Amino acid sequence: MCLAIPGEIVEVAPDRPLATVDIGGVRRAVDTGLLDGPPLAAGDWVLIHVGFALSRIDEDEARATLALLEGLGDAYDDEIDAFRESRIG
Amino acid sequence: MRHVDEYRDAAKARSLAASIAALCEPGRRYTFMEVCGGHTHTIYKHGIEDYLPEAVSLVHGPGCPVCVIPMGRVDDAIDIASRPDVIMTTFGDMMRVPGGRGSFLDAKAAGADIRMVYSPLDALGIAERNPSRRVVFMGIGFETTAPSTAMTVLRAASAGVANFSVFCNHVTILPAIKAILDSPDLRLDGFIGPGHVSAVIGCRPYGFITRDYGKPLVVAGFEPLDILQSIHMLLTQLAEGRCEVENQYGRVVPWDGNAKALQAINRTMEPRPYFEWRGLGFISHSALRMKDASFDAERLFDIPGSRVADPRSCQCGEVLKGVLKPYECKVFGTACTPETPIGTCMVSSEGACAAYYNFGRFTRERVKEATR
Repeated sequence: MCLAIPGEIVEVAPDRPLATVDIGGVRRAVDTGLLDGPPLAAGDWVLIHVGFALSRIDEDEARATLALLEGLGDAYDDEIDAFRESRIG
Repeated sequence: MRHVDEYRDAAKARSLAASIAALCEPGRRYTFMEVCGGHTHTIYKHGIEDYLPEAVSLVHGPGCPVCVIPMGRVDDAIDIASRPDVIMTTFGDMMRVPGGRGSFLDAKAAGADIRMVYSPLDALGIAERNPSRRVVFMGIGFETTAPSTAMTVLRAASAGVANFSVFCNHVTILPAIKAILDSPDLRLDGFIGPGHVSAVIGCRPYGFITRDYGKPLVVAGFEPLDILQSIHMLLTQLAEGRCEVENQYGRVVPWDGNAKALQAINRTMEPRPYFEWRGLGFISHSALRMKDASFDAERLFDIPGSRVADPRSCQCGEVLKGVLKPYECKVFGTACTPETPIGTCMVSSEGACAAYYNFGRFTRERVKEATR
């Protein structure tokens, strides 16, 4: 639950603060209502925490963080499993 | 993977370690606290302490939200969950946290409808699909998580979902740091500040730590080199006689935080006069409660307000204050393991004891050998 995981935006909902993100091949909707600034677009990276995009990050940062998280083993796997079960949207 | 190499590069780590050693004044010892459980995890996993000179030691702070939930709050949550019309929803980490009368897992086995969710929005979805049941979300976490609960409540309000509420256990980091600074049994030279909490609150609120307590704080990222660099920045400040809040994690943490997230918290939650923290006792204004009674499970269900003393054998309190290293606890690794946790620090993977148990056994054995 403490982990914030980077995800790549694959699609942005036109009418609601929602985006589909890809985390390690798993695609789910997340809420983007906490982000300010220019509109998100496919290919952008965000840091996701419990179903919400918490901040924008660049791709290098995202890949470095993902590699770190994947090294955590169980904690990361549990988070991805929970993310897979999510039904936001 | 250029960037990964940049954060992990062993040669860079060794060169940073050498500059860290060079910054230490001969004969002086330095103790820094990493406040965040994520940092504890990185430190143990990558053996950061092995890179540090003997003069520098790290202690582990109260930055794991699961670890600081007192047993009485778990009992109160189970009290709510045990009512037949209730669906209790919670993050997976909470399932095994022991209360005075067992855990969520035990209550579920006894028939309570308790469901693990990834996000408070999933809990709201369950409420929408089950209009005849009352769905309660167990809100836990620091300022990283509180905005998500807050936004979910705002969404519930605008969608008119009346059967959704929050059992709010959100805690705030600053009063906990203040309690640690006021604690007489701890000597600290500075703080490694939490990365993702700071993405929400920014760096400014830490000002009182430098101003009133004279301790520097560096907000840090989670890569091994981030932590080493933050220690380097702390030692540089001390060597130059400076005492400031600095941001090592600028690539994620804006100096002023996330205004929208803070706004969502302020719209839906307010500080409690006081809140009990496991091992740390009651700390004033250290937690949040729901502003609107119709979303506040505490008021909707008239909870018993249980208070349960921590088990005598468990020294989570000392571990959370950084007074004891996990392996110095009487029951560490024997009666208390991640499979059969007595204390909360062993339950969550972010807890200092679990992190140490999973990654630190070799070091612990070596310490034992050395002190034999």
